Amino acid sequence: MWFPRLPSDRVLRARPVEAPFALVQTQANAERLFCLNPRAEAEGLHRGMALADARVYCPALLTAPADPGRDGRFLAALRRWATRYCPWVGIDGADGLVLDVTGATHLHGGEAMMLADMRARAARSGLALRLGLADSRGGAWALARFGEGVAPAGEPLAALGPLPVAALRLEPEMVTALQRLGLRTIGDLAASPRPPVNRRFGPALLARLDQALGAMPEPVTPTAEPPHYGIRLSLPEPIGLTEDVMAGTERLLERLCARLLAQETGARVLELSLRRVDGGAARVELRLASPMREAGRILPLFRRGVEAAEAGFGIDQLRLEAVVVEDLPVQQLGGPVAARGAAPEGPALADLVTRIGTRIGLENIRRLLPADSHIPERAFLVAPAAFSAPATGGWPSPRPRPLRLFPPEPIAAQGPRPPRRFRWRALQLATARATGPERIAPEWWLPDDAWRHGTRDYWHIETREGRRLWLFHTPQAPGWFVHGEFP
Amino acid sequence: MPANLFDSFPLRPARVHEVCGPGASSFAAILAAQGAGPVLWVRPGWSAEMLTPQGLSPFFDPSRLLIAEAPSPTDALAVTEEALRDGAVPLVVTEITKPLDLRQGRRLQLAAKSGGSTGLCLIPEGMGSNAAETRWRAAPRLASEEEADSTALRWEIIKNKSGTLGTWDVLWTDTAHRLHVVSPVAERPGSACASG
Repeated sequence: MWFPRLPSDRVLRARPVEAPFALVQTQANAERLFCLNPRAEAEGLHRGMALADARVYCPALLTAPADPGRDGRFLAALRRWATRYCPWVGIDGADGLVLDVTGATHLHGGEAMMLADMRARAARSGLALRLGLADSRGGAWALARFGEGVAPAGEPLAALGPLPVAALRLEPEMVTALQRLGLRTIGDLAASPRPPVNRRFGPALLARLDQALGAMPEPVTPTAEPPHYGIRLSLPEPIGLTEDVMAGTERLLERLCARLLAQETGARVLELSLRRVDGGAARVELRLASPMREAGRILPLFRRGVEAAEAGFGIDQLRLEAVVVEDLPVQQLGGPVAARGAAPEGPALADLVTRIGTRIGLENIRRLLPADSHIPERAFLVAPAAFSAPATGGWPSPRPRPLRLFPPEPIAAQGPRPPRRFRWRALQLATARATGPERIAPEWWLPDDAWRHGTRDYWHIETREGRRLWLFHTPQAPGWFVHGEFP
Repeated sequence: MPANLFDSFPLRPARVHEVCGPGASSFAAILAAQGAGPVLWVRPGWSAEMLTPQGLSPFFDPSRLLIAEAPSPTDALAVTEEALRDGAVPLVVTEITKPLDLRQGRRLQLAAKSGGSTGLCLIPEGMGSNAAETRWRAAPRLASEEEADSTALRWEIIKNKSGTLGTWDVLWTDTAHRLHVVSPVAERPGSACASG
């Protein structure tokens, strides 16, 4: 199956135009035509032409930028469609599909009927399609691209003989060399003696010839279906009660979790779509604190979202999809289970984090991790608990650090020595003991506005009133600040 | 006969307690050091203050700590209730920023009873709820010369549903991870009416 104009057909399917049309791709700093519709080809344009030249030939040309990524996805979708004819479908290049229809043609009423059906369906959906059917993959490729047809079983040379040698999937240089020798068609090449050809062109040419004629086997590699984690439940009568929706969700979850288990994955983000009778849909998103595949644990976590969903006139379809999945290998229980992944504290805690996360956001549940910095605010990291493992190392601190840090609060004091008395947060405090200074220099390689006053001399102040504060003095821009409080 | 601190501390489990005063955070940290397992600390998300692991590590291992930053006081209470009811976290510490009424305090108390977790609300002075099991006032005090390498605190029970009131000068030794009672403080004339 060859789609000669796959990219432009894809674009024109979405937005048909009755004019010469081309897709343009930038190659080597020049805009060149990438794919054309038949009207444009009738105007004398061809692939690879510079866009400026094409505009001169055909001022009415409409263009759009090419998008090979979307073309690839479109071809993958066509591959799924082609599994209606046979289960063994592979992708061939950027614009071809190869189907191994052995034993499947009679299901569609024979080869001719099947090809006619393919043609009719492709034409209905606006796709140019060229078909080749042969005993071998190479033969079908040649027929699809260089003269549509069916090679009769057992005698491929009858159909392939008149085709040019380019139909053998050869390098362009080799095609030119063969043509210089007068070997213009596959028939010519097959009739010529093999040893001199082998000496002249190497074994690759004869291998291609044998593949096309079926003398050398060439397997069709079907693309594996990516696992699909979406499950749907349609209901004969609309439902509205929370309990009913939960019961439906439970059925979906059991099937989804069986699929997750088979793939050794766990869901991280689940989405439950509740389609209402009036056509609207309510979505319930569940973000889990750790990858999970136990239906019994996930189900209660959905309750809060389901209760908040609007049922309207009733819900007639439930769809559950695992939007984000992560690998979750089956672990042996009872043995020394290695702590891997996030939230290894236990399933009960992970469930709690998920439930709290549905309320305040999963990223707002944090844990503290050590960081390598002598700046007090940067000596630790605050990381979302669901996506990080607890710290295992120690918490090195050369000197006591305050329990609470706050943005520096200025106090009225002068001089490099700590003040005897000062006012802070409407408290009159008197210094009893002062320990310090501990000089901390800013990390000049990281811009930080809070440290623009330069070096800080930190003092641990014990006041007669009991409060123990962390004060600092900035010698470069004289001033005193309270930065934290000790326990 | 002065009251014994260790009748009331560690706090009675499956109940919600309250602590106020400038030493409330260290009270919570020392309470966390008495138990094992994770600690959930519910904080107001809009506050610029930070808890530092280096400051917590003299008391307990900061990797046990989970911090939930609630976007509003209502969310903070909801998260606390959820965690207390769940029971997966043995100690839930909540920083209260709005006065609790009796209904909210009672809901937290019921959640703690059903889940079996201990709750501790860090309240600003006078914002507690009558449903609390005990209410403490904790403040740092000036350490004497021989206590200089430890954390000196004064703890006072100002409300107790099932025990006596009292005031203690306590000392947390960082190296030994132990709490010592230095001396029970005699009732002062001024504190009698405060404890009421």
